[in-house]
Amino acid sequence: MSTITRRHALGAAAGAAAGLTLAVAATARATTPARAAAGPPPFDEVYQGRRIQGAPSHAGGHHGGHGGGYTVHIDGEELHVMQNADGTWISVINHYEPLATPRATARAAVRELQGAVLVPLATA
Amino acid sequence: MTVRKNQARLTVTEKRAFVDALLELKRNGRYDTFVATHNDFIMSDTDSGDRVGHRSPSFLPWHRRFLIEFEQALQSVDPTVALPYWDWTVDRTPGASLWAPDFLGGSGRGRDGQVMDGPFARGANRWAVNVRVDGRDFLRRSLGAGGRQLPTRAEVDAVLAMGTYDAAPWNSASDGFRNHLEGWRGANLHNRVHVWVGGHMATGASPNDPVFWMHHAFIDKLWADWQKLHPASAYLPTAATGNVVALHDTMRPWNNVTPADMLDHTPHYAYDSVAA
Repeated sequence: MSTITRRHALGAAAGAAAGLTLAVAATARATTPARAAAGPPPFDEVYQGRRIQGAPSHAGGHHGGHGGGYTVHIDGEELHVMQNADGTWISVINHYEPLATPRATARAAVRELQGAVLVPLATA
Repeated sequence: MTVRKNQARLTVTEKRAFVDALLELKRNGRYDTFVATHNDFIMSDTDSGDRVGHRSPSFLPWHRRFLIEFEQALQSVDPTVALPYWDWTVDRTPGASLWAPDFLGGSGRGRDGQVMDGPFARGANRWAVNVRVDGRDFLRRSLGAGGRQLPTRAEVDAVLAMGTYDAAPWNSASDGFRNHLEGWRGANLHNRVHVWVGGHMATGASPNDPVFWMHHAFIDKLWADWQKLHPASAYLPTAATGNVVALHDTMRPWNNVTPADMLDHTPHYAYDSVAA
């Protein structure tokens, strides 16, 4: 099994090709300043034995998948998060249940992980 | 002709054929390409940027095309197989036959959410979760955890009564049928079912759980039911609109199919029953 980053996975999407990656990266750049200015504050705490951190990100963040302008980590690994139009948040671990803040989203992911390690998107 | 049936009405033979076809797609690697595609779209579809598969008008035609492609893959293994649909307004408890060991298997155990019975349990060694965001390679579920409830028929009917397909800003903040069915607004139908199943179904890699296809086949049927109820209502937007797929725009990742091409499901399959 090989391990690839989310950015690589995005670029490798069936039929999506490089155009998609470029398009979303451009979107992230365009929206980051406004989001960062109005975004939630950073946090850094230990929750149920896991270190969770969140902070506004710069230059589109670690990867170009979501235009969030805010980055969350669990034990140093990035948790993919996204902000909804109404200001609520979701993550790749809880993608269908909006929560009020990135911190609440990180905590929900910790509960869901039940101790498991977050990894960059792995494919067969 | 492909006929999509209510999963509760499948015969033992039909259930076995469906499960066997799923296991074969898993074995030959094709299954995981569908999981990866879905996850790619769910991570890149944003309210303020390009959006195709989710939180946008094309949520319904995109998933219709995605399910057709998956159903064709199943039929390349066994031409008799069709996607069943799960009417979660009726079969609404973890005790439903859907979750029996001869079909999808049941909920996960408390300690780690691991599904322990049925053909998709890790112990059977035929269903490793490869496309994932954490270290666990076993299928997980937590059916109805925390006392959550599936949508009721009355809640579905209230959404079906909405006469407008979709509305600006064409995202998770929209009013109209699409967003209420998707669940970002109102009673919450589609999203809530993902959360009720829990485990992988609650993540971006939700097609790791085979119930994904039956859930989306029912969402697809509700779109067909809505069309019957509102013959004068159409897909919106019809004119070019920033970041979203208008009626005659092509959809990624196929780039050769438009929402207009997907409005009529009958060239591809029929349902065993459609609302009058």
